[in-house]
Amino acid sequence: MDLFDMKMPDQLIVWGNPLINGAWISIILVTLGIVFVLTKYKKWRWLWDEWLTTVDHKKIGIMYIVSALLMLFRGGVDALLMRIQLALPNLEFLDAQHYNEIFTTHGTVMIIFMAMPFLIGLMNVAVPLQIGARDVAFPTLNAISFWLFFAGALLFNLSFVIGGSPDAGWTNYVPLAGEELTPGIGINYYLWGLQISGIGTLATGINFLVTILKMRAPGMTLMRMPMFTWSTLITSVIIVFAFPVLTVALALLTFDRLLGAHFFTIDGGGMPMMWANLFWIWGHPEVYIVILPAFGIFSEVISTFARKRLFGYSAMVVSIVAISALSFLVWVHHFFTMGNGPWINSVFSITTMAIAIPTGVKVFNWLFTMYKGRIEFTTPMLWSLAFIPNFIIGGVTGVMLASAPADYQYHNSYFLISHFHYVLIGGTVFGCLAGLYYWWPKMFGFKINERISKWAFWVFVIGFNMTFIPMYLVGLKGMPRRIYTYREGLGWTGLNFIETVGTFVMGAGFVLLVWAIIYSIRHAKRDYESDPWNGRTLEWAIASPPPHYNFARVPRITGQDPLWRAKKKGETIFEEKTPLKPIHMPNHTGIPAVMAGFWFVAGFGFVFEWIPVGLAGILGVLLCMMWRSLTDYHDHHEVPVTELRDAAAEEIKNAGGRSARGVVNDG
Amino acid sequence: MSQQKQASAKHHVAGYAFSLVLTFVALFVALYTSLPASVKLIGIVVLAILQMVVQLIYFMHVTEGSKIYQLLSLGYGIFVAIVVVAGSIWIMLYNTMTQ
Repeated sequence: MDLFDMKMPDQLIVWGNPLINGAWISIILVTLGIVFVLTKYKKWRWLWDEWLTTVDHKKIGIMYIVSALLMLFRGGVDALLMRIQLALPNLEFLDAQHYNEIFTTHGTVMIIFMAMPFLIGLMNVAVPLQIGARDVAFPTLNAISFWLFFAGALLFNLSFVIGGSPDAGWTNYVPLAGEELTPGIGINYYLWGLQISGIGTLATGINFLVTILKMRAPGMTLMRMPMFTWSTLITSVIIVFAFPVLTVALALLTFDRLLGAHFFTIDGGGMPMMWANLFWIWGHPEVYIVILPAFGIFSEVISTFARKRLFGYSAMVVSIVAISALSFLVWVHHFFTMGNGPWINSVFSITTMAIAIPTGVKVFNWLFTMYKGRIEFTTPMLWSLAFIPNFIIGGVTGVMLASAPADYQYHNSYFLISHFHYVLIGGTVFGCLAGLYYWWPKMFGFKINERISKWAFWVFVIGFNMTFIPMYLVGLKGMPRRIYTYREGLGWTGLNFIETVGTFVMGAGFVLLVWAIIYSIRHAKRDYESDPWNGRTLEWAIASPPPHYNFARVPRITGQDPLWRAKKKGETIFEEKTPLKPIHMPNHTGIPAVMAGFWFVAGFGFVFEWIPVGLAGILGVLLCMMWRSLTDYHDHHEVPVTELRDAAAEEIKNAGGRSARGVVNDG
Repeated sequence: MSQQKQASAKHHVAGYAFSLVLTFVALFVALYTSLPASVKLIGIVVLAILQMVVQLIYFMHVTEGSKIYQLLSLGYGIFVAIVVVAGSIWIMLYNTMTQ
């Protein structure tokens, strides 16, 4: 390989397919629109000062959530395109290659660039507030995590218009994904997009682990932490131990493709199956990384709107700890059919079934939390209620799949597809939406319109079941996944058509959701209420939106659900009599965004195997690290007491004279 | 403050030097010696374990802080490492059904 050989792919700019031409045109128009608006309203400075350089965990959380909603749209469009192609037999809406690219990007985008950032965004917004901290342990690293995710997502999403998408499935199995069978650059996009954002996720795991262990307010013992904080702690542990495996696996496959190594090729003594093995050693814990925080959100929401403390708190904690250990012991169930010996499959069948036990414990705890509660059917509660039956459908079929002999029948069929959509949509997506509605007033000071949101909820949930119940049935009728078309007379046509209609209903639900958000941004009353849901945990004890330092006085915690206890007793959890002290806060910094920009350049260079470009990007990254390590002793400032006083006065004014806290709203 | 800064810099540079030496020794053993493959393999594994110890001591502060957290995280780390390494070897060795 010549170091300076900047070879061009066959088609650098993808053009010709009407769908992709349309995408090009809309990308250009949207970009021009954004540039125009920012310039016309002189918002560039604002964008840089308030967002691009921020290290405030709440703003970083909002940027994660906005990006995740965009990715939900992109992945959703991929899903619609696939369902149009499969609506009837022998359609020619997409060709085989285009279909392969779309199911690959759908899976990758939804898991890596939608589900995880959505949950990490909610963690960013809520966790420091729930434990009484003023920021995360490493604020600059937090910004680096976000910008690395952003750079990786941008790189991955460029693939379909510049150079061509990856097309070997989201699991990217070799030998198909190897240099020999899939030359070209699509797979490189997969490798570098995931690598860059994966490093960011690993940093997030470390950051939240340290934050939760080291930054809790006085009195906030581990067993007094809210359940969302507990699930974030355990998720962080799983991230820290699972993501290095992905980093290594991606690096090895990159060596194979870029430098001609033989880790995963048969010639040269490599093992193709080792990719599947490493991928799922990361991939199965990954499933728990995206479900445990959702469990935490449901625990918060159900307890808040049933007006009862969480049933079986310690059983819940033991369950998530057990799930974290078991999550590393089940990965082979993703490839039971790859020819493992019977002992191996038996052991992994049993460990897989064992996971149903702690999960079942949690389901019963949610049900008992609601038992005899005074349930209020708000939108976040509706999503949480819908989660329980839908997730159980996914979970029970999961136990069916866990039995290795039966799995030989189900594997690679639409039955499997339906199973993981029931757990990922019914669990993770419902959880993300419940969390979005629940913490939205904390982020922005007003609620999302309930009437439109309830419509969105019902339309989405009906569309979801309409799509995926037929998918179980068509799977049992033998329809395999990853086929781009099928012939008539197999008995699949009617079910497929219903699925496609259901997908459009789900799409309509998403449009209603977006409409509810836009409508509320334009019309909802800004009441800036600190505790709009009559909440139980610390985040509802401070202003909405919270000041950048979160807590003017650090709260003192005497038990679980501290705010609820204080409201019951008519007390306040802040010692209002102690004098305010200046607060030590981190400075804004441009290093994270600039560094991620260099990562993007490096990734882009290596995707096209333009080594000089890639190395230039890496050099930039190293320079940013040096700059940071030489300046990190001057990266903080003090918030003066006068600012704290002004903010407190402002809060009381916003609350319309009434005391912002310390009162139990009855009902 | 500055003395503390210097001490930590020294500590980091020493750790960096150790980890580089261990890496290059591993490369040398693998590429430029004519030992039998099994000896090479054992050598590399031993070097990898030493590398892990260097990382833990020089960069991951294993000797500082609360004992209980250190024990828990080391224990969990060893659990995951054994599962991953032993599990992979087991799976890849007994992949016999289709051969």
